[in-house]
Formats: sequence, C-alpha cells, structure tokens
Amino acid sequence: MSLNIIVLAKQVPDTRNVGKDAMKEDGTVNRAALPAIFNPEDLNALEQALKLKEMYPGTKVTILTMGPARAAEIVREGLYRGADDGVVLSDRAFAGSDTLATSYALSAAIKKLGQYDLILGGRQAIDGDTAQVGPQVAEKLKLPQVTYAEDIIKAENGKVTVKRRIESGVETVEAPYPIVITVNGSAEECRPRNAKAVMKYKKAAVPSEVAADEEKKAFVEARPYLQIGEWTANTVEADLAQCGLAGSPTKVKGIENVVFTAKEARKIENTDEALEDLIVELIGNHTIG
Amino acid sequence: MADKNNLIVYCEFEDGKVADVSLELLTKGRQLADKLGIKLEAVVAGDNLKDIEKQIFPYGVDTVYKVEDKKLYPYTSLPHSSILINLFKEIEPRIAFMGATSIGRDLGPRVSSALHSGLTADCTSLEIGDYTDAKTGKEYKDLLYQIRPAFGGNIVATIVNPDCRPQMATVREGVMKKEVKNSNYVGKVVDLDVNKYTDPTDYVVDIIDRHVEKSKVNLKGSPIIVAGGYGVGSKENFELLQKLADTLGGELGASRAAVDAGWIDHDRQIGQTGVTVRPKLYIACGISGQIQHIAGMQDSSLIISINDDPDAPINTIADIVITGKMEDVVPKLIKYYKKNSK
Repeated sequence: MSLNIIVLAKQVPDTRNVGKDAMKEDGTVNRAALPAIFNPEDLNALEQALKLKEMYPGTKVTILTMGPARAAEIVREGLYRGADDGVVLSDRAFAGSDTLATSYALSAAIKKLGQYDLILGGRQAIDGDTAQVGPQVAEKLKLPQVTYAEDIIKAENGKVTVKRRIESGVETVEAPYPIVITVNGSAEECRPRNAKAVMKYKKAAVPSEVAADEEKKAFVEARPYLQIGEWTANTVEADLAQCGLAGSPTKVKGIENVVFTAKEARKIENTDEALEDLIVELIGNHTIG
Repeated sequence: MADKNNLIVYCEFEDGKVADVSLELLTKGRQLADKLGIKLEAVVAGDNLKDIEKQIFPYGVDTVYKVEDKKLYPYTSLPHSSILINLFKEIEPRIAFMGATSIGRDLGPRVSSALHSGLTADCTSLEIGDYTDAKTGKEYKDLLYQIRPAFGGNIVATIVNPDCRPQMATVREGVMKKEVKNSNYVGKVVDLDVNKYTDPTDYVVDIIDRHVEKSKVNLKGSPIIVAGGYGVGSKENFELLQKLADTLGGELGASRAAVDAGWIDHDRQIGQTGVTVRPKLYIACGISGQIQHIAGMQDSSLIISINDDPDAPINTIADIVITGKMEDVVPKLIKYYKKNSK
C-alpha cells in the first residue's frame, strides 16, 4: 500500500548564525548577509516522509516550497535525500504574505497537486517561529491536524498513528488521513544526501533558472525527471485578494532594533582576588549561599 | 448572550487547576479591557469543570463560557477549534488571547484561519494604540499592538490587525505577570451545549496513549540561574556550568544558539521561544545577548555577564561584567564559593 506524501519546506535565512552585518543601518534585515538554508524542522518532516516511503514501497514524496525561484535549491536538496518530485510556488503576488496568506497559497497548490494522503511540514520555521502555517493549511483544506509529531509510527488502511511530544508529556494518537502533520525538531534527524541521487538530480531546475541558457534548457527539457515545477498564483488558481499583502490580516506597524537602556555595569577583573571578593560580597548580601 | 466586542481568553487547565499562563493572560486582559472600557471574558472547555469559574473570576472576569463534556478532555484540535470558531462568530470578540503552549499553538492558528483573523505568536508585550495605514491613510483607533521579537530575535516587530476581528495573540507562560484583581469578584457563567458548538465529525482523532511527564527542569522557580550561550563552545563546557549551578544551588539554562547547537536540551532554553525567568541572580556565560534571549531574562534582579567579548550586547543590560573566558572564570567562582561559604 503506497502513499502520496507532500512535504512543505521553506528556505529560510540562517538566523542562528547572525553576524554583525545582519542588520542594515535602517534597522531592517540584510537578507543578503545571511545564508539560506532548508528550515531545520522541515528536514525532520522530510525524514518522516522518507521513512514511510521505505515502509510502504511505491510511496511518492513531493516537496512543495513557496519563495523566489532560488527556492528550487530546497527541492533539489529534497531530491538528493530521497524525495521524488518537487514544486516551487513563486509569484510576486505572494510577496508580503503573513502566515494566513501563505497557508492560503500553499493550500491552493496542494489542491492543484491533487493526490495526497499525508501533508507533512516542520512544526515551525526559524525565521518566524510562529508554528501557524501547518494548522492553517489544515483548516484551509478542511483536514484534521496533528502537531508536535515526533514519530509517525504507521499509516495503514486510512489511519495514521503518530507519537506527539508536547509540554505535558507524550501522546500517541490515531487519526484518519488525509491529514496535516507538523513535525518537531526532537524527531529523528534527516538522512544525508545520497550520492547517486545527487548525480541524478544536480541539474534539476525550475524553468526560470535555465531560461537564459539554451543548452541547459534543452538538457532539462529532454529529461522530465529534472523538471521542477514552477507554479504561479495563476497556475494554482489562487484568488489574488487572498494572496500576499492583500490577503494578510496582520500588518507590520513597525520594526525596530531594540536599544537597551545601558546600565552602568560594574567591571570585575578576571583575577583570583577580584573574583573571590565578588563571591564574598554575593554571599554577604545573601544573593547566594 | 449577544454581549459583543469584548476581550476573551481561552483558559487551559490540568488536574482541575487553571494553567498559570491563562491566569497571566487574564491579568493582562483585564488591564487592556479596562483601558478599552470593555468586558473581560473567558472560555474553558473540557471535563470536570465544576467550580472552575471560582479560580477565574478573581482576575476580574465578567463572563465565563463553559463547555463541559467527557469528549473534550484530553484536548484534541478539531472540537476545541469548533467551539471557539462558533462562539467567536456569535460574540464577535474584539481581542482573543491564548497561551503559547502546545495547545494554544495548535488551536490559535486553526481558529484564526477559519475566521480569517490575524494571529501573532509568542508576543512579549501587548499594548493598545493607534495605527495609520501608510498606503490608504486610513486611521484606526485603539488597536491591539502585538509586540514580539522577530527574525530569530534580532529585531522587535509591532504587529496590528486593522480590519479583522478578533485580534488574536498567543503569549508564553511567565511573560506576563499574574495578579488577582479582587478575590470577591463574581461574574456570570454561561454554559454552552457541546452538541451545538461541535460536530460529530470533529471527533476523528483518538488519543490512544498519554504519558504525563513533568519536566524535571524548574527554571521558573529557581532563584539562581547559570545560563550558557554559543560562546560556551561545547557540551563539555556546559558540564562546567552545571557544576557551577549545582554548587550555587541553582538551575542550568541556555540561550537558543546553544540549544540549536545541540549542547543542551531545549527544555532549558531561556528567551522568547523558551522560558521567561526572573531569578534573584542570573549568570550569563558566553551569551551574546540577542533580543530573543534578553526578552526572557531582563527582569532578573542581578545579572552577571561572563564573556570574552567586552562589547557583547548583553553587557549593556548586565549589572556586573567579567571579561574573560568562561572556562577560566567559572572554575574560580566554584573554588571561591566553596572556600567562603559556611
């Protein structure tokens, strides 16, 4: 029994390694200075999909990502690790989307893909940390949802069994599919790239990446497995009023670099004497001890 | 029941006790409702809810909506979402809050999607203020400012929902202060019929097993916290910090960068997407001081920063700065504490 699995993945700036040039002088984010990576928890979700593909031969894993054309890197990365196919959803109409408008666009693309048993994604993306897109996609598609998944144990006969890791402990749930499942960072790490898959897919591209190069274009056009879908709002028949800024109920009123009111910090020398004096003082005023 | 346009808090509970995060939101909710001249409401759904309103009213709650049914406990997404969606359609709240917990973060987005209302996750501050749309020039009075660090905590964003209601936000436990308004305050209870607010098709997810595991880490309750950041450099060095924490009788915490690096468990993460703490003493070791981290510890009574970078941002909020390598400073602190205590 095989499954159709869609993995929602996002290319994100690596906010974990923010250098001093990450912010521009006007306080906005200098995206160019940050490396773009596969959102970590989306990799955990991909691993769950690939594990299920091993359990249920014939299973098809499709990566769906929304972003600029260079987000095709995410699809390629997925193909290198064992996914079968991928689509980049890319349109200026999606610019400025909040989580709700993003979920709307993704749900339109999922409808366009048509066949799905499981829709997986990371619990949250590191550039926003909202954890909202998964449940919102589920609601848009009128599907049930399971969040905070740590292990998708099985998916058979229309029912999926999932272990969840939540604040209060561990829960195992059984739910019907199709369903949306978001996966925690505590789940198994994603397997590395497969050398054969890298050889096979390294020239995979979305049309706009090869449009300017006749040779590359012809090469990809002759090989369907190298063709990564590049869909616009029009392709997925999205209602423009629900996309991008127009479709986003939340607006950013302002962004600021916070400047903390500097306290007059006492400087303690890193010497045995000064440190011992500090400890004695903290014991004396009952801060410690 | 058409009492509309108020501020409502979804209250969570476990073992018959309303969650601290819900009570903290009620406290903040009461302040904002007073400012706006509206009522404060609460909604609670689950089983064994007898007298639960007695824990809620003292926070100044005017109306408690109760939906009691065995099927509603433990929490599952769809029935609880349906209750909020249907109730909100009826009472049209102006503002709705829930905890940024594994329940609130599962429930909030689903409800906001169904109602096409804006939701902001993990707010660190909530205020009331005006907004002018830069494009249309349209002015809005008394919106909810949903303030949160964004972009990995490198900036702080103020978010508003000008046109959609309710204006929704989640907040983590410990971020807002919990304060009883009046222990004799009594509002009214409105019992809702579960069958009117949920659909049989909502009950498709079965919980087949549930282990309650209380976290062994008690950052919130500890008067002394020793926390490490990316500058700690390794798992081994975290053991050194653990030793300092043990020596001083404190808890070990960490910044997100250290958690992401895999040196320490995520339940020790302090900051906007972790735990918010207010200890008597906070010793920050190798922590640069991103906003996301500072948001979760800036109210500590005494902050000591140990960092080899004298310009680390955290030093600007520290009371005491020790410039040096933590591997070098920490063993000395342990040594001199042992020598001088008792």
